[in-house]
Amino acid sequence: MTLLLGVLEEGLIYAVMALGVYITYKILDFPDLSVDSTFPLGAALTASALLAGVNPALTLFFSFAAGALAGCATGLIHVKLKVRDLLSGIIVMTGLYSLNLRIAGGRANVPVFTQDTIFENPFLADHVPGGLAPYAAVLILLLITAVCKVLLDLYLNTRSGYLLRAVGDNESLVTSLAKDKGTVKIVGLAIANGFSSLAGSVYCQHKGFFEISVGTGTIVIGLASVIIGIQLLCPENGVSFLTRLGLPHVRPTTAVIVGSIVYKACISLAISMGMEANDLKLITSLLFLVILVVSTERRKKVKPHA
Amino acid sequence: MLKLVNINKYYNAGTVNEMCLFQDFNLSVEEGQFVSVVGSNGSGKTSMLNIICGSIPVDSGAIYIGNENITHMPEFRRQRRIGRVYQNPAMGTCPHMTILENMALADNKGKPFNLRRGTNKKRVDYYRENLKALGLGLEDKLHVKVGVLSGGQRQAMALLMSTMTPIEFLILDEHTAALDPKTAEIIMELTGKVVKEKKLTTIMVTHNLRYAVEYGDRLLMMHQGQAVIDQAGEKKAAIRIEDLLERFNAISIECGN
Repeated sequence: MTLLLGVLEEGLIYAVMALGVYITYKILDFPDLSVDSTFPLGAALTASALLAGVNPALTLFFSFAAGALAGCATGLIHVKLKVRDLLSGIIVMTGLYSLNLRIAGGRANVPVFTQDTIFENPFLADHVPGGLAPYAAVLILLLITAVCKVLLDLYLNTRSGYLLRAVGDNESLVTSLAKDKGTVKIVGLAIANGFSSLAGSVYCQHKGFFEISVGTGTIVIGLASVIIGIQLLCPENGVSFLTRLGLPHVRPTTAVIVGSIVYKACISLAISMGMEANDLKLITSLLFLVILVVSTERRKKVKPHA
Repeated sequence: MLKLVNINKYYNAGTVNEMCLFQDFNLSVEEGQFVSVVGSNGSGKTSMLNIICGSIPVDSGAIYIGNENITHMPEFRRQRRIGRVYQNPAMGTCPHMTILENMALADNKGKPFNLRRGTNKKRVDYYRENLKALGLGLEDKLHVKVGVLSGGQRQAMALLMSTMTPIEFLILDEHTAALDPKTAEIIMELTGKVVKEKKLTTIMVTHNLRYAVEYGDRLLMMHQGQAVIDQAGEKKAAIRIEDLLERFNAISIECGN
């Protein structure tokens, strides 16, 4: 049970970040590596803010804003300075590493165990009945993830959201609509990195510390979640098992959240089978490789019938 | 009125592959005129359209719409007054979005793309009517993704979408070239109808000499960055396909082909 809760908690935290990666990878078709640094950016900001006595819920908004700013930087470097997409992400990722350390007061590790967080505060202690206490964290995470998902779904159905989807689909159409495709990309990157940073903030409050290396491999986790989720629940070509079972179609955003939880479950399975925690990144990357290979295999099989 | 004045355009300037495309090229298109443009490959037809739309920069010269100099206006800003349909049917629509969403996108051109609902429910009937006029049965497939439609259906949608909001110029870049003869015919008829209804100033590049002769009230034949035929009005109406072919052959011999 604790294991299951742990998987759910981890999965839901990273799901918020994966929603951001869904925007860049699936909608914008932009390989954005800056999430590797915006995730710890949110964590660093939150750690410092909590120590300074800022309301834990407020740190979520600050983190989103800071991440969005970093996303803008990636976008501006790509659009205005015409640097290639991958490189713009790498530039921001590398630069933010130092900035994150500065935000955290020059320390690579900042514990905030003693501070109030969104998971542990007087309000919760007073209002949550004792029987529910072990599930409080999961429920709070579920709420945060659900709010992010619904907001993203709503946004994607606004005029601005339509334009965002159009720019990844067909850039020249956006130009035909008399809109600057560069601006649209910047907006997309800002939202994506905002989500990543928000996830970092939640992570920091959940774990009770900030650590500079938490961001390493974030993009891999995000991509894996997106690919698993989409392949599993709403594949682009072919029918998902949901449709075969006669179940309703799910939105890609839901699929991404499920993907994140499934991915974390796989990782935790590998660890419970005797892998060491030090092997975590190795497992992460190998699992990602397997997912990539499997998802392309399936595409090949489907194509002749399509 | 659209005016190109003393346009110079070189490709690969300063290298051994330097190629002069336009040298002091001039063109002026009256309001409401429908210009058909023909010419061999590499004669500068599509480059001319790209220069008008701002897809490629000019080396020198000026482009005017009315009295306004738009030479340095970025491409997306020019598109406010221009509708463009490309040769590739995939260029004018978003494949992963539904027909309805595509129509809504096109309908919002010129309006702010803010946080209001992407698809205005009150406009759905209007979209349906417009699609019905195409006669392709698209009005019953509003929630189908455009990516699964055929090239002809997509091109019809692209034409519809590019002329949905008020524009001044319609730029057609070999827009029937990738379609089968029957579909091409349908799209061409549709084009004629739309241009007449909305009184658009139109420039159509085509390799189909019959379309060039049948449609439009002015005909240009391009060769090496120059207009070797430029006839309007009655003289244009008198041009036959054979005349064009003859000229094509003469040019070919001149070039040593």
